Amino acid sequence: MTALTPQLLLRLAALGMLGVVVQTAAFSQLSIAGANADLSPLLVMAVGLLCGSLAGGAFGFGVGLFADVVALQTLGVSSLVLLAVGYGAGRLREARDPEGSLVPLAVGAAATLAFGVGFALVQFLLGVDAPVSWALIRQLLATLVVNTLLALPLYALVRRWLQAAMPDDKRRRRRRAYTTGGLSPLSRGPEIRR
Amino acid sequence: MYDKTVRRRRAVLGLLVACSLILLTAYFGESGSGALHSVQRGTSEVLNPVQEGASRALKPVRDLFGWFGDTVAAKGQVEDLRRERDRLRTEVANNEVRSADYDRLSKLFELNGALDLADLGPKTGRVIFQSPTVWYATIRVDKGSDDGVQIGHPVINEEALIGRVSEVFGGSAQVTLVTDTTTKVPARAGRRQEFGIVEPASAGNPTDLVMNFTQPNARIRVGDRVVTRGTEPEDHAASRYPVGLPIGRVTRIDHEGTDTQEIHLRPYADVRSLDFVQILTRPRGPDS
Repeated sequence: MTALTPQLLLRLAALGMLGVVVQTAAFSQLSIAGANADLSPLLVMAVGLLCGSLAGGAFGFGVGLFADVVALQTLGVSSLVLLAVGYGAGRLREARDPEGSLVPLAVGAAATLAFGVGFALVQFLLGVDAPVSWALIRQLLATLVVNTLLALPLYALVRRWLQAAMPDDKRRRRRRAYTTGGLSPLSRGPEIRR
Repeated sequence: MYDKTVRRRRAVLGLLVACSLILLTAYFGESGSGALHSVQRGTSEVLNPVQEGASRALKPVRDLFGWFGDTVAAKGQVEDLRRERDRLRTEVANNEVRSADYDRLSKLFELNGALDLADLGPKTGRVIFQSPTVWYATIRVDKGSDDGVQIGHPVINEEALIGRVSEVFGGSAQVTLVTDTTTKVPARAGRRQEFGIVEPASAGNPTDLVMNFTQPNARIRVGDRVVTRGTEPEDHAASRYPVGLPIGRVTRIDHEGTDTQEIHLRPYADVRSLDFVQILTRPRGPDS
């Protein structure tokens, strides 16, 4: 679990606010393939993957709350669902520590799907009287595709933004050691055997 | 240490979930003027300028994305519109055909009403074949003996007499037109209803008929209407053509006042474009 330093908290807060503002001011008004990209689950997923479950969950809660306030939605819906998304992404990192370069893409898609389904579920539980139409499912799928395409670049941006405030984690140290030469156990194999 | 971390994590998670649920419940339960709604409105009001500024600042980005999106969408629309255009063209063509059919059928029924042909057993048929050579002025219609059609029955269209049935099949019949060289129709014209025989002036000329065997002193003028006589000239027996069916209008008179005078008439019916016709299956009235 990454330690939440004041600097990291500041950066996370700025990221969350900026993300929600950009989402409402720009991305909500951009129709790509008949759907809007939704940055919130991607941001939360990225923070969860980079900082762990606690930071991911808290960030999800904050982003959701801010989004609900800004968009004048029912308070607590987005925060509840994004909290689960952030926590889930963080737990994935803590429990499995996936290292593939396409992990953000897959987790981004899963996060978007979870957010879409979860949000709809809470809305239905709240008694919103809207039939599940094909248009709704199509919208959800289109957002899923668009978000999946955006997941990797957004993850890279978030990582770049948070990197300076994050303590050097073991994984990054390990990768750096492999790429700087001479320290990888594989390259040292013959030496060890001797 | 690990247990402490896990406990802390779970505690925070539980707290956040509880916060969310409390917020949700409180917000959902309170009225529009409640505390949470007020806080939300106030925060939103404070953030409005920020949002507006961001919206303006990001407008070029939106426009750029919008341009791409519009271009892609426009390309898709072009294809859709092309398909729609083709479909509509076909539809328009079909509608035009139907409209023309409707007009002709309306006129046909108007003629029925005007001439009181209902008693003559009119059967409406569609022209399914037209002779390709001018030497045989014939058509085929989709009504035959199954519909009560017999050889000799007169045939009209929405304008006038066009011929008679010359062959009958089960589901179709051949009609020899008034412009065929074999056709002879007893007719009358002028105020005094002068008698004569209408036949084609020449083979292959669908716009010129001639009325022969009129009296030299017959008072017939250009413009007079020519209609069927209703009886045969020899024995005054009832003709196969009922009385009063319009044939054409006198256009000129050759050798006027002589025994060989020829009264030319232009048929009302344009036999070159026939779609619907009516076969009078009881030409001598209801008792025939």
